[in-house]
Amino acid sequence: MNSTVASEGPSQATVKGSYTYGSITDKIADIVLERRTTPGFAIALAIAGAFTVLFIVAIAYLFATGVGIWGVNEPVAWAFALTNFVWWVGIGHAGTFISAILLLLRQKWRTSINRFAEAMTIFAVAMAGLMPILHLGRPWFFYWLIPYPDVMNVWPQWRSPLVWDIFAISTYIIVSILFWYMGLLPDVATLRDRAHKRWQQVVYGLLALGWRGDARHWQRFDTTYLLLAGLATPLVISVHSVVSLDFSIGNVPGWHSTIFPPYFVAGALFSGFAMALTLGIPLRALFKLHDFITDRHLANMAKLLLACGLIVDYSYAVETYTAFYSADRYETYAIMNRMTGPYAWVYATVMFCNVVTPQLIWFKRIRAMPVVLFAIAAIVNVGMWLERFMIIVVSLHRDFLPANWGFFTPTFWDLATLAGSLGTFALLFLLFVRFLPAISMSEMRKLNEETRGVDR
Amino acid sequence: MLDLPPIVDRRSFMKLMSASIALAGGACTRAPLEPIVPYARQPEGMVQGEPLFFATALTRGGYAHGVLVESNMGRPTKIEGNPAHPASLGSTGPLEQGRILELWDPDRSRVIQHLGQIDSWENLASLIRSRGQRWQADGGEGLRILAGGVSSPTLLAQWRLLLEKYPRARIHHYEPVNRDNVYAGARASFGRPLEPIYHFDRARVIVSLEADFLGGLPGHVRYARDFSRGRRPEARSMNRLYVVECMPSITGAAADHRLARRSSEIHSLALRLAAATTGPVSADALPWVRSAAADLRQHHGASLVLAGDEQPPEVHALAHHLNEVLGNRGATVDFIALPVTTAQSNHDSLAQLVEDMRHGRVDTLLILGGNPLYDSPVDAGFAEALRSASVSIHFGLHHNETSHHCTWHVPAAHELETWSDATAYDGTVTIQQPLIAPLYGGRPVHEMLAALTGDFDSTAHSLVRNYWMGVFGNQQPEERWANCLRSGVVSESTARYENTQAAKAVVGDAGATAAVGTVPDPKEIELAFRPDPTLWDGRYANVAWLQELPKPMTQLTWDNAAFMSDALAQQLQVTNEDVVELEVGNRTLRAPVWVVPHHAEHALTLYLGSGRTAAGPVGTGHGVNAFALRTQNAPWFAGGVKVRKLNERYRLATVQSHHRLEGRPIIRAGTLADYLHDPQFARQESDRPAASLYPDVPRAEYAWGMSIDLASCIGCGACTIACQAENNIPTVGKSEVIAGRELHWIRVDRYEDAAAGAQRTLFQPVPCMQCEHAPCELVCPVEASVHDAEGINVQVYNRCVGTRFCSNNCPYKVRRFNFLSYSKEDAQSAALHNPEVTVRMRGVMEKCNYCLQRVVRGRISADRDDRALRDGEVVTACQAVCPTQAIVFGDLNDPHSEVRAAKGSSRTYTLLGELNTRPRTTYLARVVNPATGRDPSEDGGER
Amino acid sequence: MKVGAIGAVIVVIAAILAWRRSVAPRPAVGAPVDQPVPFSHKHHAGDDGIDCRYCHTSVETSAFAGIPPLSTCMTCHSQLFTDAPLLAPLRASFAGQQTLAWQRVHDLPDFVYFDHSIHIAKGVGCSTCHGAVDTMPLTSRVASLHMQWCLDCHREPERYLRPKSQVFNMKWQAPPDQRVLGKKLRAIYHIHPSSVLTSCSTCHR
Repeated sequence: MNSTVASEGPSQATVKGSYTYGSITDKIADIVLERRTTPGFAIALAIAGAFTVLFIVAIAYLFATGVGIWGVNEPVAWAFALTNFVWWVGIGHAGTFISAILLLLRQKWRTSINRFAEAMTIFAVAMAGLMPILHLGRPWFFYWLIPYPDVMNVWPQWRSPLVWDIFAISTYIIVSILFWYMGLLPDVATLRDRAHKRWQQVVYGLLALGWRGDARHWQRFDTTYLLLAGLATPLVISVHSVVSLDFSIGNVPGWHSTIFPPYFVAGALFSGFAMALTLGIPLRALFKLHDFITDRHLANMAKLLLACGLIVDYSYAVETYTAFYSADRYETYAIMNRMTGPYAWVYATVMFCNVVTPQLIWFKRIRAMPVVLFAIAAIVNVGMWLERFMIIVVSLHRDFLPANWGFFTPTFWDLATLAGSLGTFALLFLLFVRFLPAISMSEMRKLNEETRGVDR
Repeated sequence: MLDLPPIVDRRSFMKLMSASIALAGGACTRAPLEPIVPYARQPEGMVQGEPLFFATALTRGGYAHGVLVESNMGRPTKIEGNPAHPASLGSTGPLEQGRILELWDPDRSRVIQHLGQIDSWENLASLIRSRGQRWQADGGEGLRILAGGVSSPTLLAQWRLLLEKYPRARIHHYEPVNRDNVYAGARASFGRPLEPIYHFDRARVIVSLEADFLGGLPGHVRYARDFSRGRRPEARSMNRLYVVECMPSITGAAADHRLARRSSEIHSLALRLAAATTGPVSADALPWVRSAAADLRQHHGASLVLAGDEQPPEVHALAHHLNEVLGNRGATVDFIALPVTTAQSNHDSLAQLVEDMRHGRVDTLLILGGNPLYDSPVDAGFAEALRSASVSIHFGLHHNETSHHCTWHVPAAHELETWSDATAYDGTVTIQQPLIAPLYGGRPVHEMLAALTGDFDSTAHSLVRNYWMGVFGNQQPEERWANCLRSGVVSESTARYENTQAAKAVVGDAGATAAVGTVPDPKEIELAFRPDPTLWDGRYANVAWLQELPKPMTQLTWDNAAFMSDALAQQLQVTNEDVVELEVGNRTLRAPVWVVPHHAEHALTLYLGSGRTAAGPVGTGHGVNAFALRTQNAPWFAGGVKVRKLNERYRLATVQSHHRLEGRPIIRAGTLADYLHDPQFARQESDRPAASLYPDVPRAEYAWGMSIDLASCIGCGACTIACQAENNIPTVGKSEVIAGRELHWIRVDRYEDAAAGAQRTLFQPVPCMQCEHAPCELVCPVEASVHDAEGINVQVYNRCVGTRFCSNNCPYKVRRFNFLSYSKEDAQSAALHNPEVTVRMRGVMEKCNYCLQRVVRGRISADRDDRALRDGEVVTACQAVCPTQAIVFGDLNDPHSEVRAAKGSSRTYTLLGELNTRPRTTYLARVVNPATGRDPSEDGGER
Repeated sequence: MKVGAIGAVIVVIAAILAWRRSVAPRPAVGAPVDQPVPFSHKHHAGDDGIDCRYCHTSVETSAFAGIPPLSTCMTCHSQLFTDAPLLAPLRASFAGQQTLAWQRVHDLPDFVYFDHSIHIAKGVGCSTCHGAVDTMPLTSRVASLHMQWCLDCHREPERYLRPKSQVFNMKWQAPPDQRVLGKKLRAIYHIHPSSVLTSCSTCHR
């Protein structure tokens, strides 16, 4: 099997090296079925597990004692939990964007990264979904936000964006899971067929839902997959728009702004791609997937990262401009307080992480350096978390009546909840790459054929 | 009191684990059936489920304050003022409100103790009997009684009896916050101690020489009412108040011209004022003196000069003299015989007792209440002397510092648990009746004293009743007795004014000029002692409400501190919460610094009453004990203080960290001149409600609204604590206040800002605004925050899930959240709770709802007899307690209601009206009345 | 696999049952409650024809209908059944030797503030909520007392109103033209519009 990779230069390839159906399947399936757990992986798993335990303890203590274990107070009634929420939802965005929108746009290069991006989405949204429930004063009554006929004859209050959240988030996670699972079917079937151990055959067998891969299956598969992609696409926009309304509905200076929906969506994708890079680069190093996740993939994602970053920068500018343009003394003060108040360091850090750092991506050489990209992505992740913190806490701590002004300082349990959710996310992701193909075998095979010889 | 471990230790971990298991199991377990225990015989006059009100009185330092106490099925739950009582007129101060919690305080002593061991009344009785025989013989040699100010006619009668029986027994008095100076001053002027009675409603010009008549003087609640009557701009004329003081007080904050001076300088200043008033005004006189003198001159017979309890007798004499010259005696100030029996000088009386104990002349000492071991002057040597008394009996509510050093401790019955009687500042007598049988086996003071005289059988009831039957003689004694109990005052008991001879002249101009030289070294730092606005002399240290009630001028809770001016702080290079060591004489005390605007330069102030070591779990270990620096001859201010900055910090709990208005139209204020020139001066464009997309609230039969007059509000904080008592609001403890989680439904914001020219302290009570277009409502996902048909924005606790979005969206931040389980479950708290108000669990938002329970009760009783509510039939707790009637509440649909009238005023403005929230609660702009033609900056300069 | 699936199903069902149980009315509708003295409303109110207000004295003036003091019981039982063993607890507690603790039959949550007096004053009969108590040997509740049950009337009181003279009539039957009558009575009694009656603050504080 000759290939003309050389003629094009590696960085442009979506698949490097020459592969057959078999070899692709071997390479990816073996990660799950044959490869023995490396010590490095075990250690990573252990660390993630430890933080998961911390998460569970933090939640138990929270339920037993109350949200008072956090630093929240009057006037800063929302802090870490909501920051984590918005941040996690944001991260959840890139996955669906990559798999759905890029699919509709026929972006072939998405193929090798969509699977783990989708997984990332689901786990991130799961973390996000937890946060609003945890932050409730009486979490055991969270179901009162869901409309259902009850003996009290009362319904949710539809004008509240928190009720819209319930719908937005649940819809999003359901569709994401469907989309992800649909894509998995052929691969799980492959695993079923290649598995040696009995339990693997049983489990994968059940998951495969009797996929035999005959023409009818494939035909329905493609239709459904496309339909789901169509369904998922608007959600990418809607979810974070709704989340942003949680704030722009409020009259808190620094929240009450019409730019929030696009601003938040851009921010979400921004952090999403950052996270995709943060996960993808180590993943490909860990499992030697350089042939499938090529430098071109990284470069493309980096470009998207930069693009979203610029939109976010623009939003920052507009936000500040509108505050002064409104000539509203409270709005103006809120912005000034952000820049010069007691939380000025947050603003500075955000600007550094989200505005300055990404500009490096303009340089081709940087885009070709996975390590640097990884660093940039990590920094952006931090920056985006702080941005949400800035929007929520810094706006709240000084609002209308100076007599109420306050300050927020996180407690151990605030940090434990954040770290714990990160650990749990990591654990889920590690288990995912261990037990499911992190790259879509079926699609890679298709891609390999389509791109054979011609436009690599 | 809830303090969290920074991280879970083992025990709390187990707790949390079991709790979480219980939580998991909780869903499946079912509430037990509720038992109902019927009365065997129902008390007459009681309707089950309906509260009863009993008229009685509460005393401090002997001075009585008439109150009505609400009793729910036999449980006293709330204290209201007694409209028929001259000292109250229906209002109370903050301290009276706290007394109900003191009654239920689970930390009160419950058993008689002898040398730390539980003992019995019988043993004590037999001891007293055996001593009694000796006293019979030697006429009570060696029997001493130490009491505070006493105003109970019955008790005084018992004393006379005792002294007849044991002529050589001695009775001593000691009140740490005493009025020795007042009486000495009166003696100097009139030859005998007299109680001045002020008529602020008749005074057009008032000059206060450090007299805190709005917050401290006996009768201050009544005085506040009279004072505010004279300050209604609508009357087109207002009284004018000049204040000179060291530590800012609410009286100083209410002043039109306030001057900050060290307490020791006030005498010479008063002399200057006297000189300027009686003689020619010297050119170099301070603007404050110049205009005060001018005003006094112009208001002959309608002015008033008064001196504070902290000022030396000479200043009081000077005040009397000035009033004499100005023809105020008999017009704005009268004098009555002392309503309270106390020593000529409390300090001398205590010293005498100590002297006797030292020389072993005391074998039996009975301490009636009080806590001399904690609050006696540090150089009095009481503690050591006490040891030489073979038998010392401490009789009090708490097992405190003193009782630990006495051989016996006898639990006393609370004022709400016993029959007694007491006299108010103006001589009016109230017969106190018990609301409940002693909760902890406390003993009425009358029975304790009767026992000393060998009478072990009479009850307090028989003693008090017999005394009054004697007084009433044969003119329908039964009816009069019944009337006294019903009305809460003994008819015609108010003291008649003494016709005194003219006050002796104490100064000529010569004296004035001479005295100018006596100004202390301006660089010398002076330390002033003041009673704590909420703990007084420390007796209320274990009352959590009062500990957590922000002190008006500092907004501090749970601690006192070394208060000083910004200038001095800079000079000492210290900031808030730095710990400094104060050295007076050879004694030292460490205290955290707190900067107080407008405090006299080169002076420090310490509130008395903190730093208790045996107050009980609530009160012990908060703040520093100022008594450790207080000496007999410098009870109120001591010069030559050395301040050393230590390299440590102490965290203080304040409820407000920012005091500038930031140029926001939050508090609107102007001068009377402004008002007369343009009555609409407070109006702003943004106040008019703009168009709104939200539907107007439907108008039902009633539309509730509130108006708060900032011209009347003196910032005393009574509303805050009355609300706390009415609405079952728990205290959260110091650490939670620091965390910013206090729960007060109506808070009094304090701002330091340039209003009407001069730098002034502004107060603004902020309850829920009950917005018609409430931002909180549209963000609550579960409809826990909704409007009712009568326009009250109600919080449905049982529906709230605790998203806290409503709080974020409330521009006034009046919503309070139960971040943890603050409501205590113990029997006492349960018994104290208002049965009409839900006790909120953790995770639930709460806030002011215009005392909904009172609204509903009123509406139902009106509906029951099919009539409309009358204006004033429903009164909120804050409105009822307000000494100056600054808060008006009522039905906006009623064209003749008081609240409609108030809102009709040209001074009405809405807080943050530009947000178009359309609050039902509005404010009346503050109006002050500085002397015309004064350059306000001068005030700034003077401060 | 199958076992797991079945197990899961069982768990879910159990959970639902447990939840249902926890929210079910307590005591259950129609279930008599054991009392220290087996007091029979049937005997006292039904057979002897004692008026409700003889014992529940504050029903017209207070939120709380009132539980009779033992002295009320003793007005008769100092003469009748003076040595009946059933009444031993009554006599003992009247003598102050023990306390008699009745079990609440109609128990509302503590955050619900129901007021008897206003319902009586506006023509809501005892039996409308408490059922035919005069036929109950042991008292049990006839209504769930769920919020929707309260609202059912507060939204449309005219369905249940009766003339004041009939409020304490245990035998009262709604006439066929109840709604017409109800509307009339609602006007006469000046009952607030349902917007007021269904405000949260009407029952919750």
